[in-house]
Amino acid sequence: MKALSQKRRHPLAAIALLLMGLLVTGGLYAVATTVNEAKASTTSYSANDTAEGEKLFAANCATCHGMGASGTQDGPSLVGVGAAAVDFQVGTGRMPMQMNGPQAYKKPAQFNDEQTHQLSAYVASLGAGPAIPEEHLLDGQGNAAEGGELFRVNCAMCHNAAAAGGALTRGKFAPALADVSAKHIYEAMVTGPQNMPVFSDANVSPEGKRDIITFLKQIEANGSPGGADLGALGPVSEGLFVWVAGLGVIIAFTIWLTSRTS
Amino acid sequence: MSASSTAKAPAFVATTKAGRITDFVDARVGGSGILREFGRKVFPDHWSFMFGEVALYSFVILLLSGTFLTFFFDPSMAETHYDGSYIPLQNVEMSVAYSSSLDITFDVRGGLFMRQVHHWSALLFVASIAVHMLRVFFTGAFRKPREMNWVVGGVLLILAMAAGFTGYSLPDDLLSGNGLRIIDGVIKSIPVIGTYTSFFLFGGEFPGTAVIGRLYMLHILLVPALILLMIVLHLFMVVVHKHTQYPGPGRNDGNVVGYPLGPVYAAKAGGFFFIVFGVVALMAAFFTINPIWNYGPYDPSPVSAGTQPDWYIGFVDGALRLMPGVIGDFHFEYVIFGYTLTLNVLLPALVPAGILFTIMFMYPWIESWITKDNREHHVLDRPRNAPTRTAIGVAGFVWYCVMWAAAGSDLIATHFHVSLNDVTYWLRTLFFIGPVIAYIVAKRVALALQRKDREIALHGRETGRIVRLPHGEFIEVHAPLDEYKRYKLVGFESPVPLPAVPNDHGIVTRKEKQRAFLSRWFFEDRVAPATPAELEAAHGHHAPAVEAAEESKSLSH
Amino acid sequence: MGNHSDGSPNHSGTVATAGQNEVEKFQDPGLPPHRLRLADTDPKAAKRAERQVALLFGTSVVGTLIFLVAYFAIDLGEGADIATIRLQNALLGVGTAFAMLGIGTGIVHWAKALMPDHEVSEERHAIRTEDDRQAAVRIVDDIVDETGIKRRPLIRNTLLGAVALAPLPALAIFGDLGPRPDKALSHTMWAPVEGKLKRLTRDPDGTPIKASDVTLGSAFHVIPEGLNELHEGKLNEKAKAVVLLMRLDPASLNPSKGREDWGYNGIVAYSKICTHVGCPVALYEQQTHHLLCPCHQSTFDLTQECKVIFGPASRPLPQLPIAVDDEGYLVATSDFKEPVGPSYWERDEHERIINS
Repeated sequence: MKALSQKRRHPLAAIALLLMGLLVTGGLYAVATTVNEAKASTTSYSANDTAEGEKLFAANCATCHGMGASGTQDGPSLVGVGAAAVDFQVGTGRMPMQMNGPQAYKKPAQFNDEQTHQLSAYVASLGAGPAIPEEHLLDGQGNAAEGGELFRVNCAMCHNAAAAGGALTRGKFAPALADVSAKHIYEAMVTGPQNMPVFSDANVSPEGKRDIITFLKQIEANGSPGGADLGALGPVSEGLFVWVAGLGVIIAFTIWLTSRTS
Repeated sequence: MSASSTAKAPAFVATTKAGRITDFVDARVGGSGILREFGRKVFPDHWSFMFGEVALYSFVILLLSGTFLTFFFDPSMAETHYDGSYIPLQNVEMSVAYSSSLDITFDVRGGLFMRQVHHWSALLFVASIAVHMLRVFFTGAFRKPREMNWVVGGVLLILAMAAGFTGYSLPDDLLSGNGLRIIDGVIKSIPVIGTYTSFFLFGGEFPGTAVIGRLYMLHILLVPALILLMIVLHLFMVVVHKHTQYPGPGRNDGNVVGYPLGPVYAAKAGGFFFIVFGVVALMAAFFTINPIWNYGPYDPSPVSAGTQPDWYIGFVDGALRLMPGVIGDFHFEYVIFGYTLTLNVLLPALVPAGILFTIMFMYPWIESWITKDNREHHVLDRPRNAPTRTAIGVAGFVWYCVMWAAAGSDLIATHFHVSLNDVTYWLRTLFFIGPVIAYIVAKRVALALQRKDREIALHGRETGRIVRLPHGEFIEVHAPLDEYKRYKLVGFESPVPLPAVPNDHGIVTRKEKQRAFLSRWFFEDRVAPATPAELEAAHGHHAPAVEAAEESKSLSH
Repeated sequence: MGNHSDGSPNHSGTVATAGQNEVEKFQDPGLPPHRLRLADTDPKAAKRAERQVALLFGTSVVGTLIFLVAYFAIDLGEGADIATIRLQNALLGVGTAFAMLGIGTGIVHWAKALMPDHEVSEERHAIRTEDDRQAAVRIVDDIVDETGIKRRPLIRNTLLGAVALAPLPALAIFGDLGPRPDKALSHTMWAPVEGKLKRLTRDPDGTPIKASDVTLGSAFHVIPEGLNELHEGKLNEKAKAVVLLMRLDPASLNPSKGREDWGYNGIVAYSKICTHVGCPVALYEQQTHHLLCPCHQSTFDLTQECKVIFGPASRPLPQLPIAVDDEGYLVATSDFKEPVGPSYWERDEHERIINS
């Protein structure tokens, strides 16, 4: 105990404590924000699915979107948004929304795969809209280089060239795309959730979307050849790093270098 | 070690091997005088004196790694299709410059490592110059006779930024291409000559096919040569002036206390080069910098979120972001005499940087005019003992930091989940009131620290030991300082405001009145160092007497 | 402290010591007594320090070996995967770091623990002596005097004139760095060629866009027809011609007089080049109808003809007038009616020429 209390008085103790605190908070935060991804689902709906979906909808969604999904002041009409929109919004936990804000946040999904499937079936039955994408478009076997070009032209300005996310106006933002499933990426492109524009098949072909997904999955799997990517945020995080870590370590060395040996 | 010899009759014969070699070289180049001067030259030792060396060593690392990179880099903007080993860019149309940068990264062994070493040491180079200058400013090391060297240092900072920016653009990737486009936009906003300058720089319209080759020449020849020249000047003046030292027992303006160059200081400084190199190598080993493969080739249509310059240009970019283009119905761009004046670009790009650098360059002369202090100074000020200067420096630094933070406003918004617009509004406010708050706070803190020093010098250090006296009173035991520690706390000058004095004709000029006014502003709030009489009083009597003495001495509140 | 606060400005001796008020000031006690290190008194400690230094130098050798092994044993070859490159980079870095830090810390430890650590005080000499100073000033005066430049103003003035003009050729010789700016900045590729209107095509593949392709809420990144076929100056043209195409509810657009027919059925096209400093303004928020520039956050409101509603830009984005041709493809009916991109000195002049 005495040794410990002596060490506590060491000048580095405060720094060690601070680092420990940061690590613990960061770790907890990382655990807390881990999201369970919904797995891919099939795209055939039975009458039962639709009926179950209607019940779920009435209980969980109709407050904002209205009975029959015709929309209210608090939520848009969902007629014609298609199954893909529901699968994306509910599957990523964005819907049901916790509260009204600049934009709906991704959070652990509230419904299981089957319920999501039923809700999709119900909304799809209300009017024609983008369907849940077919498996072969999500296989990540397209052309990564062409996908990269499409990504830079159509997506990078909001989502960042390395898909690390970026800011929009007034509290809105384009999220990072790491850990987003291929299906949800595809669905986001065809439905244009929230403020994201719609990339219909006439704009970016299904093959192009497959290429984009291939590119994203490939750079995600590759990681950075240069080591830790510092969030892939560009020069700001690099500058912060050199000031804090680089100069920090060097200052530690200068203090050692100019101190007297005992 | 040093052997003196003459051509004809060596009266002194070197006996050791090192001695003989010295003798041999000296007989041919005549360096004994230099060796005699430098061999045992004394350098003061303090961790904050090392940042200039960090900058110098980063520059050496830059030259080494940069030379390696030039062997593989091709600054051509000709079109090509990538066929290297990075799959996500396979067959993409790009410039030869970008393609060769990718080859360095993925197909030259150690190329990626060298690129990362080069870029990390570039960031470190400018950062260490900045910290070195802050150290020099806050300790008053720029005062006579070192004003010229302060200016040379400022020029070095600008050259370092120029070297960094020209290098940033070379890979011709999407990030740096958009950076160049911003530069082009800023250049075009210059009245009368802007469009011409832009066409001359880019060899026609943006982006053209010339600019990378031109920047390359500036980056590897002109700018490094100028930096080298300035470093030589800088170090020459350091030798002439000898190093400054912190105040303390045994140190005064007439001496320099420290370790002799040979061997201790040379060993430490030489060893430190390897340490800096090692730290840079560690960063390059484990942390990605400038992942050009993510950005893709430059194309005028795409852009990436988070497009920013390297940190040292950040404050200009931040100023560009903070400036509103329209206030109410007033547009900062308007037409005069049939020509377009773009103040919303011109003002933020030139004015803050202009103010910062002008004040920085002129500060030594501004201060010596106000204080009428024309003496040579070799003993530094502890920042707290020059409260007004410290406050000015902190205010300037905070102003810089507000603009710097603005360059990352989008990342502040996304990472702290606040609105981008609110971040901008707040930073706009801080742009004006931040420096004022910083000035006041820094000055108060400096004065408070001075009072604390006084307190410790007079009453000793708090031991944390509480003792109960026989009559029941509790006191904390204070341990008296030894005279060396005490001298460190009391051995400083504390000038008082200098009233206006008439000139030779007996007239108090208006300029002199202004100077007197500024002098009052500079020295009005002051805490005088403790004197032996006060120490006597503190020891001889009880607390009230000491407090009275303190009242009468310190004019501050 | 007195020197200064007594107000006399002429205390300019090279060495200032607290001379006057000795009673009021603490005396400098001089350098503190030297404190011996462990290694100075204890031979064992010295030996230990010696071994530590040797160990550090040994670490450096290990680092060098790691570097060489990593360089030669890991072959990047054709199609090396990213993980291999990352591994090699890390090992090369670790090797270099050990090699350098081993030498550096070894030398410093040697200096700190074993070399003499007596602080030495050295006198400062004045930068110059009074003799030198007077001599220097006299020499300069003499030189100036011997040239007679003060007595012969004609020589002085003509020399000044000549020297002032001499650098002009050095400036002029850079005249061919680039062409003079002509009207190039005022037009783009969108201008119809021989009456044939240019189609709007997708970036980057250059396929034309049908009006029916553009659904509500979508955003197309557009380049002019024929751009990809250009052999020269492709990027120069692209840098001016890129356009963002969006479809809104026609009711939410509020076209001003004369611009009613610049869109088609709620489809509008605006220049993607920011009027601030030229970044691509490519961020389209389909619900708020705002366009945001990622570089400096200028925000443009599509429902008010891209008026600036936030940020440093001062001028709306130029609109490209579009229509539909007989095959249903979107075409530009003319070039932009004003120069695109960041403002420049001659911009207003160019705009007047376009509109006359």
